[in-house]
Amino acid sequence: MTESAPAGPPAPPFRLSMLIYDRHYRSLTIQVVVFILLMLLVSWIVHNTVLNLARLGKDIDFSFLFNRAGYDIPQQLIPYTSDDTHLRAAMVGLLNTLYVSALGCATATVLGVVAGVLRLSKNWLIARLMTIYVEIFRNIPLLLWILIIYAALTEITPGPREYRGENARELFLGLIAPTNRYTAIPSIVAEHSPGALVIGRIEIPWLAIMGIAFFIAAIVLRRIVNARAQRIQNATGRRPTTWWINLALFVVPPAAMAVFFGLHLEVPELAGFNFKGGINVDNSLVALWLALSLYTGAFIAEIVRAGILAISKGQTEAAYALGLSPGWTMNLVILPQALRVIIPPLISQYLNLIKNSSLAVAVGYMDLRGTLGGTTVNQTGREMEGILLMMAIYLAISLTVSGVMNIYNNRVKLKER
Amino acid sequence: MSDANASPAYLRTEMLPSAAPPRRQEGLLGWLRENLFSGWLNSLLTVLSLVIIWSLIRHFWPWFAHSVWRANSLAECRQIITQTWGEGATGACFAVIRVRWHQYIFGFYPRAEYWRPILTLGLLFIALAPVLFSVNANIRRWVLAGGGLLCMVLLAVTASPDWTVVLVWALFAAALLLAEYAPMRLLMVTALYPVLAVWLLWGGSPWYPFMLLMGFAVGYGVSALVPRGVSALTGIAVTVLWWIFLAAPAASLATLILPLHLPVVQSSVFGGFLLSVVIGVSAIVLSLPLGILLALARQSNMFIIYSLAVVFIEFIRGVPLITLLFVALVLLKYFLPPQTHFDLILRVIIMVTLFAAAYMAEVIRGGLAALPKGQYEAADSLGLNYWQAQRLIILPQALKISIPGIVGTFIGVFKDTTLVGLINLYDPLKGISDVVRSEFTWKGIYWEPFIFTGAIFFVICFSMSRYSMYLERRLSREHR
Repeated sequence: MTESAPAGPPAPPFRLSMLIYDRHYRSLTIQVVVFILLMLLVSWIVHNTVLNLARLGKDIDFSFLFNRAGYDIPQQLIPYTSDDTHLRAAMVGLLNTLYVSALGCATATVLGVVAGVLRLSKNWLIARLMTIYVEIFRNIPLLLWILIIYAALTEITPGPREYRGENARELFLGLIAPTNRYTAIPSIVAEHSPGALVIGRIEIPWLAIMGIAFFIAAIVLRRIVNARAQRIQNATGRRPTTWWINLALFVVPPAAMAVFFGLHLEVPELAGFNFKGGINVDNSLVALWLALSLYTGAFIAEIVRAGILAISKGQTEAAYALGLSPGWTMNLVILPQALRVIIPPLISQYLNLIKNSSLAVAVGYMDLRGTLGGTTVNQTGREMEGILLMMAIYLAISLTVSGVMNIYNNRVKLKER
Repeated sequence: MSDANASPAYLRTEMLPSAAPPRRQEGLLGWLRENLFSGWLNSLLTVLSLVIIWSLIRHFWPWFAHSVWRANSLAECRQIITQTWGEGATGACFAVIRVRWHQYIFGFYPRAEYWRPILTLGLLFIALAPVLFSVNANIRRWVLAGGGLLCMVLLAVTASPDWTVVLVWALFAAALLLAEYAPMRLLMVTALYPVLAVWLLWGGSPWYPFMLLMGFAVGYGVSALVPRGVSALTGIAVTVLWWIFLAAPAASLATLILPLHLPVVQSSVFGGFLLSVVIGVSAIVLSLPLGILLALARQSNMFIIYSLAVVFIEFIRGVPLITLLFVALVLLKYFLPPQTHFDLILRVIIMVTLFAAAYMAEVIRGGLAALPKGQYEAADSLGLNYWQAQRLIILPQALKISIPGIVGTFIGVFKDTTLVGLINLYDPLKGISDVVRSEFTWKGIYWEPFIFTGAIFFVICFSMSRYSMYLERRLSREHR
């Protein structure tokens, strides 16, 4: 640690020994030495790489990305065939990574919050049960959970044909059919479909776009309504009732869409050897998603529990003394303070989940690691390019997520003077 | 006040016994009301939990109850279960563990040499005993007794030669005596442990690793002789020079004088928990000092040092461990001089260490940041230089604050050692299980190996987390 030079007697004339003995010069010396060593190391590695590549007759060339991939990917969010390029295969893999990560983050958060709150419950039995859940999942490797759930899905569940015939199995809740290759779930279909927005080869149904647009509009409108309620409360001391407006904002548009376009659930049905209608979700995705959610959920439960415990009981009592209802106490007093403690570790759990999704390779789910870092590398022999590109993409995802979440964190953070 | 001394009409001389609480609040009934059925929501939760527990037991109990321990194949297991419990009964076939447990523990390590990993494990306990928490003699006793017992059991079930049993007895007796009367001497074992472990596990001559370790001692000795100020630099330089020029000849000389030789065991036969523990323990031990250095670098005012630390930490934390392992498997050979032969396990240990060090650095940085600024200023005002201040004032407090995080990272690292199964090493979860399943006799066996390995992981990780909680309690200096 260097300190700024104290004002006073003029600095003594420079001697060579000051490079080591004087604090300011020493920090400079150290930095220069480290920099030189670093450059030496880098040039050594580059030199070795060039030598090795030359010896193997290879070069660094990313043009393989535009060659025909020639392999199939079972799970795809954008259209893809084996005639497409490696670049598109990598895109499919990237989207698969993001897809399972987003699903996992959502369910892990719900699970974690529920388990964390229940662990603090006064109910002896459920608190113990949740403790067991948290400890078991936190202390056993994630890979084991992925493999166990995958084995359970492929070994225990029946084949599709067992849902037929005399003593046929019933669909779970009449909607979901787990089989040994995929899980058949119902899909939402419209009788009068407005078609889809076509961008290149990607088709996005207008209904989905409308749904998302309505949802965003509802969020914005809700803010306006609440701000108005706040203004009225500040002016008159009475808060107008807003809950039914807020509820309507989120319920009415989807309901209207459902009636207007004739939306209904299409339940999977056995046709031939497989389920048709509905969506057949590959078991590898289900296993990965469940395992990631359960595992990360256990960690989030601990974070939530710690966050709630960090708020002193006096805060609740003070809020009650002011006459706030339990609901308002939670919303206005406890939650904003607990979130401050919860969010930073929560961000790192989300990042962990995204990175852990690369374990997909254990069950054959084709994510970024499976496509770009797996089959593409094996087929083209471009290990250097493929792996470096894959690492760069993962790095970009991590930095983006942590950047966005940090902005959010800065907004909820306690403003200290 | 004339009748002040007159006795009152009535005076109770003994306390009334307190009335019993209402019957609804005491005994089992009261406890149930209080803890399980205190409201409709609570009652609902209780009923829900009971339903969950009941369905779990109903599904899994028969399976456990029908478990078979003596059989030579899955088919035989199923036959026994059908014979005993009737048609359609399901049961666990733990016979696979009974027959193949040694592979889950030792991988393909030669059977005749099983005593070597066991002895290494025993020495690990002896090396850990003085470090874990040296103030408390009871902890030392428990660790040593537990480690000795575990070693004895393992030696017995692997039918190791008698002289190894005597050796372990003698070792642990000596360690227990030392722990009672001169606990600091045990630190010698700790310092020598890396050399002993490498020698016992891989075999060959112990002298080369020993001479590498001696480099530190020589460097330290020389640095004590030269004047202060340049002592640290000289020490490092002498150590490096020793490693490059003198370590190999010194090792050959020592081998001539005292040829200690064990049969060489190749890295490729390492597997199971032996592999996990080797990678896990090395990465844990190496990542802590590296993490501390990185955390200090990230707090530094020197721009180049600071930016290097930030780039390194953020890069490692931004990519999945499996891609780093992939780099160790595929890319590292490009970065090293042509024809460098480099052991895969060593490459993996380096990568896992770097990975753990980045996380460790962030945990320790949290501890450093949580320290009040007054502590830094107090250290400066005492005239301590940077390293003295860190060693005596800052780090002891910062590390204490970060104990939960540090142990959490340890646990994470140990669990992550299973990922080596994805780069063709024989980890206990996937690698060994795949090998076992690839044979016809055990084809299709899933749950029993998962339960066995999962239970071992749970025991190790759970004890680590409990130990961290104990340490945190014990080291806390706050008065509550």
